[in-house]
Amino acid sequence: MHGRVKIKSTAQQEEEKRKEREKKLKIYVAARDACFSKRKEGVWDDEALQLTQQLLSSNPDFATLWNYRREILMHIEAVKDEDEVQKVYEAELSFLESCLKVNPKSYGSWHHRGWVSARLPRPDWARELSLCDRCLSLDDRNFHCWDYRRMVVKMSGVPVDQELSFTDRLIGSNFSNYSSWHYRSTLLPLLHPESPEPPSPCREPPHSSPPPSPQTHSHRVCEEQLLKEYELVQNAFFTDPNDQSAWFYYRWLLGRAEREEMISCVYVSRDEERVAVAFSRPVNAQSVGLLLVLDGQPQRVEWRSVHPRFKHSPVWYVPVVSHVPPADKRKWSELSVEKTSVLQSELQSCNQLQELEPLNKWCLLTIILLMRALDPLGYEKETLAHFQTLKEVDSMRSAYYSDLCSKFMIENTILKMEYAEVRVFSISDKKLTTLCHLDQLLLVTHINLSSNQLQRLPPQFAMLQCLEVLEADNNSIENLEGVYHLPKLEEVLLKNNKISTLAALQPLASCPKLKRLDLRGNPVTQTANVEAELAELLPSVTDLLL
Amino acid sequence: MAAEDLPSEFDVVILGTGLAESVVAAAFSRVGQRVLHVDRRSYYAANWASFTFNGLLTWIQEHHEESQPEEAQDWSSLLEEGEELIYLSSDPASISNVQAFCFTSEEDEEEEASSPDPPNTTEEETGGANEDVVKETSETESADLKEEETKEKPEERADGAEKEQRFTALNDGKSTVQTDVFRPITQASKTDGKEPGADQPTASAAQSQSEPAKKKISYAQLVKEGRRFNIDLVSKLLYSRGSLVDLLIKSNVSRYAEFKNVTRILTYRHGKVEQVPCSRADVFASRQLSVVEKRKLMRFLTSCVEETEEQRAYNGRPYLEFLCDQQLGDNLQHFLLHSIAMVTEDTPTEEGLSSTRHFLRCLGRYGNTPFLFPVYGLGEIPQCFCRMCAVFGGIYCLRHSVSCLVVDKTTNRCKAVVDSQGQRISCSHFVVEEGSVGTDWKMVTSPPRFLSRAVLITDGSILPSDSDQQVSMVTVPPIAAGCPAVKMVELCSSTMTCMPGTYLVHLTCQSVGSAYEDLSPVVTKLFRTPESHDQENCPSVLWCLYFNMTDSSGLEVEGHHLPSNVFVCSGPDGSLGHEHAIKQAELIFQKILPEEDFCPPAPNPEDIIYDGDNNSSSMGGEENGGAGEEENDGAGEEEEEKKEVLEENDGEEEKKEVVEEEEQSLQTEGIRLQPLETGSGSVGGSDSCSPPAGSQISRRDAVQTPEQHTASTHNPQRESASCMMGN
Repeated sequence: MHGRVKIKSTAQQEEEKRKEREKKLKIYVAARDACFSKRKEGVWDDEALQLTQQLLSSNPDFATLWNYRREILMHIEAVKDEDEVQKVYEAELSFLESCLKVNPKSYGSWHHRGWVSARLPRPDWARELSLCDRCLSLDDRNFHCWDYRRMVVKMSGVPVDQELSFTDRLIGSNFSNYSSWHYRSTLLPLLHPESPEPPSPCREPPHSSPPPSPQTHSHRVCEEQLLKEYELVQNAFFTDPNDQSAWFYYRWLLGRAEREEMISCVYVSRDEERVAVAFSRPVNAQSVGLLLVLDGQPQRVEWRSVHPRFKHSPVWYVPVVSHVPPADKRKWSELSVEKTSVLQSELQSCNQLQELEPLNKWCLLTIILLMRALDPLGYEKETLAHFQTLKEVDSMRSAYYSDLCSKFMIENTILKMEYAEVRVFSISDKKLTTLCHLDQLLLVTHINLSSNQLQRLPPQFAMLQCLEVLEADNNSIENLEGVYHLPKLEEVLLKNNKISTLAALQPLASCPKLKRLDLRGNPVTQTANVEAELAELLPSVTDLLL
Repeated sequence: MAAEDLPSEFDVVILGTGLAESVVAAAFSRVGQRVLHVDRRSYYAANWASFTFNGLLTWIQEHHEESQPEEAQDWSSLLEEGEELIYLSSDPASISNVQAFCFTSEEDEEEEASSPDPPNTTEEETGGANEDVVKETSETESADLKEEETKEKPEERADGAEKEQRFTALNDGKSTVQTDVFRPITQASKTDGKEPGADQPTASAAQSQSEPAKKKISYAQLVKEGRRFNIDLVSKLLYSRGSLVDLLIKSNVSRYAEFKNVTRILTYRHGKVEQVPCSRADVFASRQLSVVEKRKLMRFLTSCVEETEEQRAYNGRPYLEFLCDQQLGDNLQHFLLHSIAMVTEDTPTEEGLSSTRHFLRCLGRYGNTPFLFPVYGLGEIPQCFCRMCAVFGGIYCLRHSVSCLVVDKTTNRCKAVVDSQGQRISCSHFVVEEGSVGTDWKMVTSPPRFLSRAVLITDGSILPSDSDQQVSMVTVPPIAAGCPAVKMVELCSSTMTCMPGTYLVHLTCQSVGSAYEDLSPVVTKLFRTPESHDQENCPSVLWCLYFNMTDSSGLEVEGHHLPSNVFVCSGPDGSLGHEHAIKQAELIFQKILPEEDFCPPAPNPEDIIYDGDNNSSSMGGEENGGAGEEENDGAGEEEEEKKEVLEENDGEEEKKEVVEEEEQSLQTEGIRLQPLETGSGSVGGSDSCSPPAGSQISRRDAVQTPEQHTASTHNPQRESASCMMGN
């Protein structure tokens, strides 16, 4: 019938498309070659600007062309007056906008935009901010845009409170957004810093003080604001307890204070003629200029790490030749953070959520952390039960939970030891999978690790500088790396472990006072000639059980 | 019409341009069937139409006038051996109880605040079918006669008693003349001598309100800006994963339309309007829910997506019971029952759950609510399908009807139709709107049902927020036992359905009484009208309209006392979505062409070639085959057909405004539905990295409708799809 609609066949359409593509490719290649030859000749004219624009608008990831373009622009900047330069750069910005529409995640376009914005004689930061906002409203996880935005904020000096409400807005539209939460965590300490000590009334008004920078400032937030943040983040994890971003932010809010760098313990032994120092954080004593003063006299000493593996370590010692003052001085570091009613009420709301969502791992983990912060010993039983549930609901990470649980058990045992004021550390049959906080056991003389699931005694074990007796029966220990240069160690009990080679016992040779060694139930005892080999390796041992 | 005869043979003749009929037309045309699509009205979309304010006033007028029964012409001369005629009815009578009220001042008065006359004294009663009153109303409604009217007004103002008399007379007249029309109850009560007391506080309230800086928009302004309104007869929304959206995307008809997201879901509860948290972001941000409620709500919403044993145990029992047993608390129960499932307290659990699931499935596809609304009103949708039909050769005639069917006695099939001009047109199938089928021919199983509708033009949002451009869906549970649950949609001016500074509010419910009886109590509670007393903070109603419409959702497409190749499309139903009409259209299509694909994707304009067109390759657009008439010559321009048509009617001076409106239409930045294959169907998706929505997208990107000469003789008011191919 006359005038009826007909549709081109697929073959026809494809043929047309193919031709179209070919044509495009030809144009593209020709333009690219023209650009390259111009650049070679050092031509920086408008035509080159045109050509690169054509190419980049179809392929914004062509870094060489962006570079060429920058060369041209710098040339223009050198020869033209400010108004013209402004005009050229403004045109550049709108060109970039079209590139970003093609590919909002192009490295080249964003980088070039940053470059142009920084060189623009009269930048319009408000416009740049609104561009970022538009981009982020389309994809709130576009990290290129986040990066660019940070630059814009920095250059234009957007007030911190405005930025905080910006994160409010983004979190409001979608709270599954690490970028926003994290940005918040950097803004809050600036805007609502924790007041130093009791706030003095004569403090200068905040605006007259120099703008705080994140580097110099503590990462703590004042309590009033903290409460608001708790409320906000609770809304998020009650709405969707499976979303990690809120939980991570929550953990940041609850986070312990970073321990200040300080000497937590000094041990002076007259017998071994050595001084050992434990710090709250790993340090490099050789480079920080740690000074040993004896009887008012600074000593020229060389600090030694407890194990050659450690360049940074919390424990350092130095052999002292001259006389040493009497008596040991001991001081234990504080483990827990301040116990506030805030934490208690946080624990309550988490327990509430856990009742509704008994199998939510984030909730369980947070409850454990809160319990740790509040009363680690009092909640020990609940903590262990929650760890058990965690390992079941999140079996993929059961090893992680075991390690974490071990850490907490060790912390608890240290606390108990502190209360009892003894130098015996006993933590048997607690399913330990790893050892930590060994720096805090500097003064321990007797350690009992029997009936756990340990596989090794790590290099950190060498920090137990006062250790005399090591009990570690019924574990799965294969490696004794950390039993190294322990000056007082006399007795090592390793019944029923998995030590299979003599080489594994090599570190013991560095302990001069070792007398008693129990290796019963280890594969190594099956080795031929083991007794003679051991006698050669460990001549000091007089009481060997195989 | 006499000048040009239509072709005498078609595959399908369709009478009525409602949604279902239009979809059927597009579907047939799309697979190569020859379609003739006619409508007796002067506008497209039948009861699905949208009107400008002035257009609506005309519509009101038409529904007050007695439609004189067309003398049934005898077309039996056209019959051949073994044939008989079935006459179609020409009086649909699907609209009743039309009542309009104006609560704002007639004129734009500067000294309004100090005027001793509160604005509400100018209230116009246009209710009832009393002939005299109707005449008067039509006068006040036509802008041309405004002068006359202002002359009339001082008299009214001078003598309040006279006004009262008028009301009395009116009611008397009504009770004598028309008994089947519902009387507006509040008006009736006024005549009981309570009027002075009842009027006084309202008057002072209105006056105190008119004093602040915000000046009330006058009736004259509404009329002047009338073209900014697109007032829908039916109030519906598109579920973003509903069958209409799917069809629009699948068929590429979506390229003719643009949409806005409904931005929030509200509900009326404890005497105030609250936002319903339904998306994840809403729940997070909600201030009215405790964290535990948040968790319970989210858990419920997540858990009900999958059908569980627990849910099955409640089959047949009320959804409310199921919700109660979930221990959600009153807040959540209300939200879930009334605003999310949008069901009643006795709806069975399985039904409640399935509508909850539908709601949830639709969330997040295009935004934070499950609904879309077409920019320029719902009347656009049927027209978009008509346009698709026209692009593939369908012929359109408005103000053109089918008078009777020619039926072969032996096969009981409709062989041909006789149009209103007396032309015999043969066809293989005939699809007809329900209203044109006389009751004798219909098989109706259930008693007739009605919808109660109200349209309000207000001066403020029902729940003011940071943005004044919110599109809100409001659920109002029954305000008293026996009252219907009301669905309310509040549209802002950026939907291009009302003038800036106003809101267009649609109320819909299943009728219990008349529209006025059903809905005015809700209006009084939520808005400030002369009848409301303590609504200081509510938006004022400037103008409102009540009417009833037949709810024909129970009607089957076939099985009537009609020939086997005649199919009936029902009119609008009361549900919020468009599922019913789309299902019906698809059913009809499948009955007739079971082998063919229903609305397959339309090809891109550049892939369409025209047979017999000398310069087919040069055709960029689709359908310039008609070689353009007057104004449609300018291919490539952003054309606004509707405005142009009006321009024709209203004269030269409007031209400037057309340009303005075009500019505005470019700024709407509505949602364009995209085919699913491109993967970017979810505009709201978090991973969507598409560039900022281009504001340059024209509303009409593809089809430049050529206007065929026959169409111009018809002088149809709307011609967005009025093209005739062929010959």
